[in-house]
Amino acid sequence: MSTVARRALHRLSSPFRQTTGFARWILLSGLVIVAFFVLVAMLAPWIAPYDFAQTRTDAGERIPKAAPPSAQHWLGTTSFGNYDVFSRVVWGCRTALQVVFTAVLLSLFLGVPLGVVSGFLGGWLDRILVLVMDALYAFPSLLLAIVFSFLLSDQLGGGVISAGVALTVIYVPQYFRVVRNTTVSAREATYVEAARAIGARNHTIMGRYLFGNVIQSVPVIGTLNAADAIGTLAALGFLGIGIQPGDAAEWGYDLQRALPDASAGIWWTGVFPGLAIVLLVTGLTLVGEGLNETMNPTLRRRRLRPFTLPPRGAVAMQAGKGQVDL
Amino acid sequence: MFVQYLDYLRDVATLNFGETITDNRPVIEIVQNHGGATLTLSVAAFAVALLIGLPLGVIAGRLRDTIPDLVIRVFGIVTYAAPVFYWGLLFQLLFSGILGVLPSSGAASPITIFQVEPVTHILLLDAAIAANGDAVLDVLEHLLMPAMTLGLLLSGIFIRLVRVNVLQSLQGDYIEAARARGIKESRVLRSHALRNALVPVVTVIGLQIALLLSGAILTEATFNWPGIGNELVQYINLRDYAAVQGIITMFAVVVVVVSILIDIVNALIDPRVRY
Amino acid sequence: MSERPSTGSAPGDDVLSVRDLRVWYGTEKGAVRAVDGVSFDLRKGEILGLVGESGCGKSTLGRGLLGLLPAGAARDGEVLFKGTDLLSVPPDRMHRMRGPQLGMIFQEPLTRLNPLMRISEHFEETLRQHRPGIGRDEIREVALEVLRVMGIPPTRYRSYPHEFSGGMRQRLMIALALVLKPAFVVADEPSTALDVLVEAQIIRILHDLRTDFDTSLLLITHNLGIIAEACDRVAVMYAGEIVEIGDAREVFSDPQHSYTRELLRSTISLSTTGLNFIPGAPPDLVDPPPGCHFHPRCPDAMEVCRSTHPVQRVHPNGVRAQCWAADVRDEVPEVASVDTTPLAREEISVADEA
Repeated sequence: MSTVARRALHRLSSPFRQTTGFARWILLSGLVIVAFFVLVAMLAPWIAPYDFAQTRTDAGERIPKAAPPSAQHWLGTTSFGNYDVFSRVVWGCRTALQVVFTAVLLSLFLGVPLGVVSGFLGGWLDRILVLVMDALYAFPSLLLAIVFSFLLSDQLGGGVISAGVALTVIYVPQYFRVVRNTTVSAREATYVEAARAIGARNHTIMGRYLFGNVIQSVPVIGTLNAADAIGTLAALGFLGIGIQPGDAAEWGYDLQRALPDASAGIWWTGVFPGLAIVLLVTGLTLVGEGLNETMNPTLRRRRLRPFTLPPRGAVAMQAGKGQVDL
Repeated sequence: MFVQYLDYLRDVATLNFGETITDNRPVIEIVQNHGGATLTLSVAAFAVALLIGLPLGVIAGRLRDTIPDLVIRVFGIVTYAAPVFYWGLLFQLLFSGILGVLPSSGAASPITIFQVEPVTHILLLDAAIAANGDAVLDVLEHLLMPAMTLGLLLSGIFIRLVRVNVLQSLQGDYIEAARARGIKESRVLRSHALRNALVPVVTVIGLQIALLLSGAILTEATFNWPGIGNELVQYINLRDYAAVQGIITMFAVVVVVVSILIDIVNALIDPRVRY
Repeated sequence: MSERPSTGSAPGDDVLSVRDLRVWYGTEKGAVRAVDGVSFDLRKGEILGLVGESGCGKSTLGRGLLGLLPAGAARDGEVLFKGTDLLSVPPDRMHRMRGPQLGMIFQEPLTRLNPLMRISEHFEETLRQHRPGIGRDEIREVALEVLRVMGIPPTRYRSYPHEFSGGMRQRLMIALALVLKPAFVVADEPSTALDVLVEAQIIRILHDLRTDFDTSLLLITHNLGIIAEACDRVAVMYAGEIVEIGDAREVFSDPQHSYTRELLRSTISLSTTGLNFIPGAPPDLVDPPPGCHFHPRCPDAMEVCRSTHPVQRVHPNGVRAQCWAADVRDEVPEVASVDTTPLAREEISVADEA
């Protein structure tokens, strides 16, 4: 393994190794949940008994409408379009993770370089970028997503890529800010001057400093963004934008179609997709929070063990006290 | 293009957000007629969130790393993890579908809407002004579930933030100094830790306005609540770009105004902040 | 056991009588022996200075006396305050004693006052806690009086903490600690965070406490100059133990313990021509060196110092110390049987690398 990769791994895993009971538990349970969903997403074609828009069984029979959970349909069937709920949930998992993965990666690849450039060059470019990014950051993310989804649906259609790109805009500012601020402080740090004074090269110093700091904060930001993205994607689907029903299964859309069922007491069409969302978002949040707890020293408390004093005689013998009789 | 932008800014300053394409309504009229409903929902939801979030956050902060703390924190995470419309669906399932005690859509039954005169365009107030007890009850009945739904979402955030603030306050040196003067623990908690913890919370509440807006839009869609958010959703479905742009711009303006207000409130509360 | 320096005072005058106090913490690395068998007395109106390097346990001792230790610390021994053993007093009674009987002055005044509360509110809180039913006017009267003694004008009574300078904030802290006229006050490095001129003022105020308030003071500091100026007696602390205690003038002019001597030599004054320092680092309180804890860094160390812990003894000048080298100098008969060969130099250089 190259030294860069090894160092990155070391930095990334150090908070994990430093975690104590509680934080480690949070981190672990979060990772387990997320891993489960990733597995489901990857193995979707083999796990789901039906396709996401399939209305007849392979034998040619029509799938019943709004049927409660049974042996043939583990989570029941929908009341719109007669789909198998279990399959929709599994395919929806794949959709969600694809979109979110795209969005987080894209925003990383946009935000980090922009941050470095902006922080390093400074001047009017920096000022404009900071203004734009701050405005984007302050804007409610759902509204932003609606706007961009609207704009992009004409160009890119209603599939995974379109939704992913629409969500990217929301998260770019966060990476930009962190990286830019780190770059600026690295540029201005006095020890950079000192290092330069002894002849170290400019970009080596900055590179190392940046690398370390960014590596520490990116995982936390990334996971929390992913958690937010799942929710935002579902919201878009709920509102009828984002992923279009013809392109893929999406949990939020299913929930919207399940609303009328609720007043009629039909529960399986809505409860299961929603549960999937809750679990995945919770898992991602737990990972993010677990990482955050370990990396944020102000919230850490030095643990003092409860303690009882040993009897004096024992100590005295060790220290040699009182051995001389006077 | 630059001139166009200036014109647009001028329009916004005079509260002219344009007109919808599909039915030629001025956006400002939409705001007038439906703003009251959104406002009612927001205020009610805020009240619910504070009622749930503040005490739980304080308890979690005080009893750090114990079982109650854990439970409360998980609760906070889960309420935020679930999309607000999922909570809406669950509430509707329970209270409308299974128990059948609460209405699942609209702000009031048709009779009430017919009877009550729109004076302030805020249905609850109008019903109160008209001294129509049945109407008031009807509106409250319809308000309960949406308010609980949105309130639950917001409470998750409050719990987390209040808890962190209480924790940081309790570590303050002035806490130790107060204990050294013999101040009782309960008093230390109340007037030192709590008070100092709540100051940043006011700012935080203001920062949640973005969340409140998104949540309100989705909640209104879920319960067919006749607020601005519901209108927005309908125009989205009609692909009416002018309407969507106008309403979202209006929301942006609201966010900015509220932020400024919060800054002012903060300056009033915290004696260290002086402009 | 301990003996009081010969000042001819009757036992009943003691405000505080500490016997063999231990304060230990449990950490992952083991038990930290922050205070390891400390004994001393404090008379009414007396100022006892407690001096030592950082990490020797003086802060813990101060807090341990008042019971202000974090959870997880264990105490035993005896702390008799006006006849009552503070170690066996239940917590709520301790709370009632803090303020009217016991007080503490902290090091960093900025963070010790609640930034959202006015000074008047701080006083109201303290006075109402211990004198329930007291009226606001009376509170104001009492508070303004103590503030006057501290040199703070009544016009500032309703100001906020951040509106005062560092020196005034420390005076506020002292005023708050003293408003109920406690009999015993611990001052933990009260002037360390302040600049030199302000420091002098604060020390003057503390020195005058006995006349103004009849208070006994334990003044913890690492600054020997302050001790010389303000204290009646001084206790030198090293590795959780008091190695020398006695009248301040005596200790300074004729130090018995090698550590005290080295400490005095390393103090910089106008007559300093060369820099002296004590080699090596402060000892690890989890596993202190055997025998005399100071032996790795002591220029007078002998074989016996490494093997056997020195015994406390009252020296001819009235000072109590625990040091083999001092015993040898005084030709105490018992040391005839111990090994007085000087310790090999390697021991000391090892400590240097520590």
